[in-house]
Amino acid sequence: MTVAVLALQGAFIEHEKILSRLGADVIELRQAEDVKKSYDRLVLPGGESTVQGKLLKELDMYDTLYEQISGGMPVLATCAGMILLASEIEGSDGHHFGTIPMCVRRNAYGRQLGSFHTDAEVSGIGMVPMTFIRAPYVAHTGDGVEVTAQVDGKIVGVRYKNQLAFSFHPELDDDTRIHEAFLKL
Amino acid sequence: MSKTEERYELNKNLAQMLKGGVIMDVTTPEQAKIAESAGACAVMALERIPADIRAAGGVSRMSDPKMIRGIQEAVSIPVMAKCRIGHFAEAQVLEAIEIDYIDESEVLSPADDVYHINKRDFKVPFVCGAKDLGEALRRINEGASMIRTKGEPGTGDVVQAVRHMRKMNSEIAKLTSMRKDELFEAAKQLQVPYDLVEYVHDNGKLPVVNFAAGGVATPADAALMMQLGAEGVFVGSGIFKSGDPAKRAAAIVKAVTNFTDAKLIAELSTDLGEAMVGINEQEIALLMAERGK
Repeated sequence: MTVAVLALQGAFIEHEKILSRLGADVIELRQAEDVKKSYDRLVLPGGESTVQGKLLKELDMYDTLYEQISGGMPVLATCAGMILLASEIEGSDGHHFGTIPMCVRRNAYGRQLGSFHTDAEVSGIGMVPMTFIRAPYVAHTGDGVEVTAQVDGKIVGVRYKNQLAFSFHPELDDDTRIHEAFLKL
Repeated sequence: MSKTEERYELNKNLAQMLKGGVIMDVTTPEQAKIAESAGACAVMALERIPADIRAAGGVSRMSDPKMIRGIQEAVSIPVMAKCRIGHFAEAQVLEAIEIDYIDESEVLSPADDVYHINKRDFKVPFVCGAKDLGEALRRINEGASMIRTKGEPGTGDVVQAVRHMRKMNSEIAKLTSMRKDELFEAAKQLQVPYDLVEYVHDNGKLPVVNFAAGGVATPADAALMMQLGAEGVFVGSGIFKSGDPAKRAAAIVKAVTNFTDAKLIAELSTDLGEAMVGINEQEIALLMAERGK
């Protein structure tokens, strides 16, 4: 199985290491010709969503990826990746892919001093370590969106069709169960 | 894991999120917005960019918190700010205004000619400059959660950043090839604790993210540093001292993402307007990289 990891900016190598360890073939998406390659799954990593969103458009990668995601390709999106998938971003008129009907709040826990680590339940997986770095959370969800994780009453994990999105970073902890579940989608 | 260790991990994690990105020096909220929309992954808020600090001479200090707050309000990306080497009170002020990252920087006049800040005392993360592996590991031992080269700031001359990155790489390669029983002597030579030397030996890299900084002025400069192993790039005077800051900033961002694609970098380097004038290493009186070792 080939997993494509969006490698424009951010912590993409961390995802690649876990996926390789789990036996997947990994390719990096850095420009237009990369997104036309053949792959079965897509990872949208953490980083800065403004940077990633801008580069997706300017490097002519957006349209192909949008078609892949809305066509049902399984996606794992973490932190900035979750923002890329949200149909609504609080305080902003636009969105990026917008393929999950939900509204996200960026930097919802404040600045770096608000970053934290905790353990909480992800449905279907169990207790997992969660690292939140200047993280967003989901302010509200639309029809058909399943909430898969909550911390202190805030939504930090969702599933919509084949798209898994989390506001924390499973790629930064040793627990690989979220990646395993993603590979089984 | 203790609370302090957990905080240190979170701070190293933030640096991981900045990887593959460009951190830009800005002096006003307007510049911060230009940087953000050009694709900066973070901005460094400071009163004067290094080229102007160099030109003005005299003592340079931490920026006015009001000016930093203005920039924090203007953008949604992380905001960094500089304090003087050893000036832990300036660092406390920056922590109090919830800065995302503090740069204990040789660009400002050092406040202490012996001691660096004990960065382990802080919750907020620090990035520090290093010319070689020993310096990098000493800063990490003091609590830095990100390292950058100490290329000569404000010159537009990339030679020192290149020198530091190459030196660091060759010293890491040397450690990696050593027998374990040779690491004790290596730790003594580098003047750093054994466990950090052992980490580098086992992993072939620093325990924190390592960016390039100092003298980066063009997309090709950024690509050069990335190909030499930098995990991201700081651009100081190179952007807002150039003819068309927004265009140059966006070009450098793309060059960092696709740093091995020479065709793209050729395109990005086309019609960028004037680059910053620059001063050659030999023409400058004050070597900032020699501050704090």
